[in-house]
Amino acid sequence: MALAKISQVAGRGVFVPGNDIDTDRIIPARFMKCVSFDGLGEFVFFDVRKNEDGSPKQHPLNEPRFQGATVLLSGANFGCGSSREHAPQAIQKYGFRAIIAEGYAEIFFGNSTTLGMPCVVATREDIAKVAAAIEADPQTEIVVDIAALEVRFGGQKIKITMRESARDALVNGRWDAIGELLEGVPQVQQLAKKLPYLAA
Amino acid sequence: MAKSLFQKVWEAHTVRQLANGQTQLLIGTHLIHEVTSPQAFGMLRDLKLKVAMPHRTFATVDHIVPTDQFAEPYADPLAQAMMNALRQNCAEFGITFFERSTGKQGIVHIVGPEQGITQPGTTIACGDSHTSTHGAFGAIAFGIGTTQIRDVLATQTMALGALKVRRIEVNGKLRPGVYPKDIILHIIRTLGVNGGTGFAYEYAGEAFDRMSMEERMTVCNMSIEGGARCGYVNPDETTFAYLKGRPYAPKGAEWDAAVERWKSFASDPGCAYDDVVKIDAATIEPTVTWGINPGQAIGVGECIPTPESASSVDEKASIVEALEYMKFAPGSPIKGTKIDVAFLGSCTNGRLSDFEEVAKYIKGRKVAKGIKAIAVPGSQIVALQCAKLGIDKILAEAGFEWREAGCSMCLAMNPDKLIGDQVSASSSNRNFKGRQGSPTGRTILMSPLMVAAAALTGQVADAREVFAVRG
Repeated sequence: MALAKISQVAGRGVFVPGNDIDTDRIIPARFMKCVSFDGLGEFVFFDVRKNEDGSPKQHPLNEPRFQGATVLLSGANFGCGSSREHAPQAIQKYGFRAIIAEGYAEIFFGNSTTLGMPCVVATREDIAKVAAAIEADPQTEIVVDIAALEVRFGGQKIKITMRESARDALVNGRWDAIGELLEGVPQVQQLAKKLPYLAA
Repeated sequence: MAKSLFQKVWEAHTVRQLANGQTQLLIGTHLIHEVTSPQAFGMLRDLKLKVAMPHRTFATVDHIVPTDQFAEPYADPLAQAMMNALRQNCAEFGITFFERSTGKQGIVHIVGPEQGITQPGTTIACGDSHTSTHGAFGAIAFGIGTTQIRDVLATQTMALGALKVRRIEVNGKLRPGVYPKDIILHIIRTLGVNGGTGFAYEYAGEAFDRMSMEERMTVCNMSIEGGARCGYVNPDETTFAYLKGRPYAPKGAEWDAAVERWKSFASDPGCAYDDVVKIDAATIEPTVTWGINPGQAIGVGECIPTPESASSVDEKASIVEALEYMKFAPGSPIKGTKIDVAFLGSCTNGRLSDFEEVAKYIKGRKVAKGIKAIAVPGSQIVALQCAKLGIDKILAEAGFEWREAGCSMCLAMNPDKLIGDQVSASSSNRNFKGRQGSPTGRTILMSPLMVAAAALTGQVADAREVFAVRG
């Protein structure tokens, strides 16, 4: 299975401010009543985007000028809470291709990487610079360069960081580990013999 | 060299290093449920793969089951579809399914220990963040996403980077009316909701030495709420006594060998930790949340924070956001906050000892008028144990609806939900916005006895006063 080498993502951005944005907020549990991830995109951030009668609330994702954004910007501890892959799936299916935040909860980070959606870390000050550029001109192209560990936008650039194992996996096209894990199966069988609780 | 339990279990399950530097880690026990597994089986079929170790894969149904209805079909066709998918996947791939007809169904993190599947020195994964619960047995247990479920199904391994280990030592004695739930809320309050990022938490100290397995599970359960990828307690005689005689526990001569092996996994005295935190148990109060994450917690005698009290810009913003959502007045006592719903249950506090403790104090008393109170056993076995002891009747006579086993109102993927901006006193684990099923619903996390006190008085109350708890 050949995977894309993801060394950079480019597109317009949208800033969803806030810290500790949890996975229940990203995708409320009631939308997980499904046996497929298809269609999850329309429910991303549902309860903060819509009133209970379905009318839109004030939210960046509801603003026409940010439609079509593919780079999501946010705060610290993004994606905390549940392990639901429905959260990064919903973000990706909505159309996002990369996230820039101050930090991520670990399960969310791992799930996103496995979907080939880079989650890069930048300082608050730098994220504010990108957000300001988007605010001034929503058409600004944001280039998230994972190979060079920088984000370029409107003639400016900021430094980003990313856990090396994830960066390596993305730029070398091995972000979905299944191929590599399958190659290790003979060794798995050897190791399993040493662990009595695994006996059939 | 002295090693921690985490290091020993990690090394014993390391298959090899992957190209990106992560470890291919053997997962000895894979627990699955209906919400996060169907897509994984779909991926498995797309790749024409089989389940590598069906005998090490165990399923139950918990999130979507109605707790007021036993028989299928369920009123909600989507819930029934998830149920059907799990049943079919288990049948097709030869996986043991603890469904309701077996009498062993329940919340996945209650079923594993109950069956003796959860054992020391093992690795466990489940597509559920509260998998950290199983760490109570000295297992390294990870909550994982659906693509990783596919990986574990197909290879019985997953790719993971090693973690640092923080030892959290709670010494001294808890005061009467203070419970392990208060310890973990206190830990998260102290270290923050992301304080555990990059860490496994090792819980230790006199308070943990004294705890029952059910109590240790309550603490480990909420490790993830503190940002830790997993949490564990070193195995000891309490662990072994709990496991002995359980269906999947080793028997006869194998038992003795297993106990020796399990002991060898405990952290060596003098091993190095990346961080050590010490807490005096006697300083912990019955703790309740006032905001929208589990770290926004205070002692029941304290006041709701004001934005001005914040020590950083970030904290101020989160206090403002939480107060706005909770509609609470800054600076007012949390005690006396009116509630609408009382929920006893969940993988955090839905075990026999939780209901036993409530029954001990609530017997002969009544839930306040107008309060909806529900008690939901974490498993069919917990329900049976409660019935044998008459706990179900005591709670029902007090005015709690006694339900069938399931996740219920913890996350409301079933008919149990808050309505509008109702306030819930809840023994569960998350107080996120909308968590209990209503986009404006409000959750106050607390120990089961504190939920009972809230149910009886119709407001957040100090259980020690309501029930005259003495040492």
